Amino acid sequence: MLYAILCYHDEDVVMSWTKEEDDAVLAKRHKVQQELVDKGRMGPALRLLPTSAATTIRNSGDEQLVLDGPFAETKEQLLGFYVVDCESLEEVIDFAKRMKEGENTCTFEIRPMSIFQTGNLSGKETLAS
Amino acid sequence: MTELAWIENALTGARPQAVAALLRYFRDLDRAEEAFQEACLRAMKSWPVNGPPRDPAAWLIFVGRNATLDHLRRDSRNTALPDEERISDLEDVEADMAERLDDAHYRDDILRLMFVCCHPDLPATQQVALALRIVSGLSVREIASAFLVNEKAMEQRITRAKRRVSQANIPFAAPDAAERATRLGAVAAMLYLVFNEGYSASGGADMVRASLCEEAIRLARLLLRLFPAEPEIMGLLALMLLQHARSKARVDAEGNAVLLDDQDRNLWNRSQIDEGLALVEKALRHRAPGVYQVQAAIAALHARAAKPEDTDWEEIDLLYQMLERLQPSPVITLNRSVAISKMNGAQSALDLIAPLAERLSGYFYYHGVRGAYLSELGRAGEAREAFGRAIALARTPAEAAHIRQHLDKLSKKNSA
Repeated sequence: MLYAILCYHDEDVVMSWTKEEDDAVLAKRHKVQQELVDKGRMGPALRLLPTSAATTIRNSGDEQLVLDGPFAETKEQLLGFYVVDCESLEEVIDFAKRMKEGENTCTFEIRPMSIFQTGNLSGKETLAS
Repeated sequence: MTELAWIENALTGARPQAVAALLRYFRDLDRAEEAFQEACLRAMKSWPVNGPPRDPAAWLIFVGRNATLDHLRRDSRNTALPDEERISDLEDVEADMAERLDDAHYRDDILRLMFVCCHPDLPATQQVALALRIVSGLSVREIASAFLVNEKAMEQRITRAKRRVSQANIPFAAPDAAERATRLGAVAAMLYLVFNEGYSASGGADMVRASLCEEAIRLARLLLRLFPAEPEIMGLLALMLLQHARSKARVDAEGNAVLLDDQDRNLWNRSQIDEGLALVEKALRHRAPGVYQVQAAIAALHARAAKPEDTDWEEIDLLYQMLERLQPSPVITLNRSVAISKMNGAQSALDLIAPLAERLSGYFYYHGVRGAYLSELGRAGEAREAFGRAIALARTPAEAAHIRQHLDKLSKKNSA
């Protein structure tokens, strides 16, 4: 079963992390991911740029409005997500809990998912290319 | 992350919002800061036991405000002391506060807090010091080491700046659209000063200086989240990100400055570049050019070039022309001359900057750039003279060392 693990956190707090703290968090999570990597069941991990880089399209009646900023002003923001292939909800909860270890102020949301289209990106694309 | 580290990060993240709201409440900078300090002390006691609050800023504002009111009451010996328990369970109050804070006026709180530091009577360095102290909450010692002055001198500088600000009438009424735009402009300029304080000079406490750049970026992000549709704030943040992305490549192992052309572009920070490029794109959609956006667009063209020879100098030249129109200055023409030299050769560049001689005679970069063009044209004697002037005007050892590299190259070329 495929699951997305959505990572929510207060952006103001994450932006106050030093590079070292940020690296340490990712390294700690990475260690836990290794077991799924070994089993060939670790999907992509995506980091979203800050919400200040976001653009939102919504309709006002028939007119499409292009607005600066994220969809909703919320206390915590969606900052990134992981895709994993796990046997059961129990397994993914256990996995997510261990990834989150020590991160008292962030919240993970687990959402079962299905792949709708696999797409054809190589994973090496950047904005500058 | 240790428990203490996450609490500290939560406090740092919440600080601008909390101090800004406390300033609106008490209308006094010192009192607002004290209230925040008090709230932080209580957070250190309460959060490890009760867990982090859902909304740290709301918690700090509420606790800081109440604690300060208690002190005031205690001082005036009026009423019985309220017990600590009353504020230990904040569940409902917090939700209530958070709701009110999501109101538009907390945007204006933070803008006001930053604007307070931009008083036009304050010289640039004092604006920067005050912002780092009040908005960012850096210690006087940290600020002093960033400015390479002793702690006592910095303490006095900040005290003087605060006095100046408190004598001015801080406007507390909600600003109208025109006033808000004025404040945003002043705050943007102040944040860029903070950034440049970290960016321009090197040597000394490099780590502290890099953290000034990061602090300016953090505050610009905060400002942009509050005012998401302001293209100049997008431009400012993009400009800082794109410049800061090169920081690892700008200095070699010996601590010497490395020119853009000679930088190892693999050392550029990819994620900062991506964010900067995304913001430039967003800003340009508004079709309301401004000085930060144009400078960011120039930085973006450098960032997009995988190799120096891929740089789109024609576009850069056009952007500098636009910048000259927006903000006429001989320094911008000097910068444009670099694009001209790449396209049409050093002689054209020299012709372009010749009329600037008088106005820029005291400017380090003018003589440095001019020396480089002369040396390219093989006019070694004149080049040496220009470099000599540049060294005399250098403000840091790194600047002087950089010009000496040019002189070394010149001697090698002549002896070869």
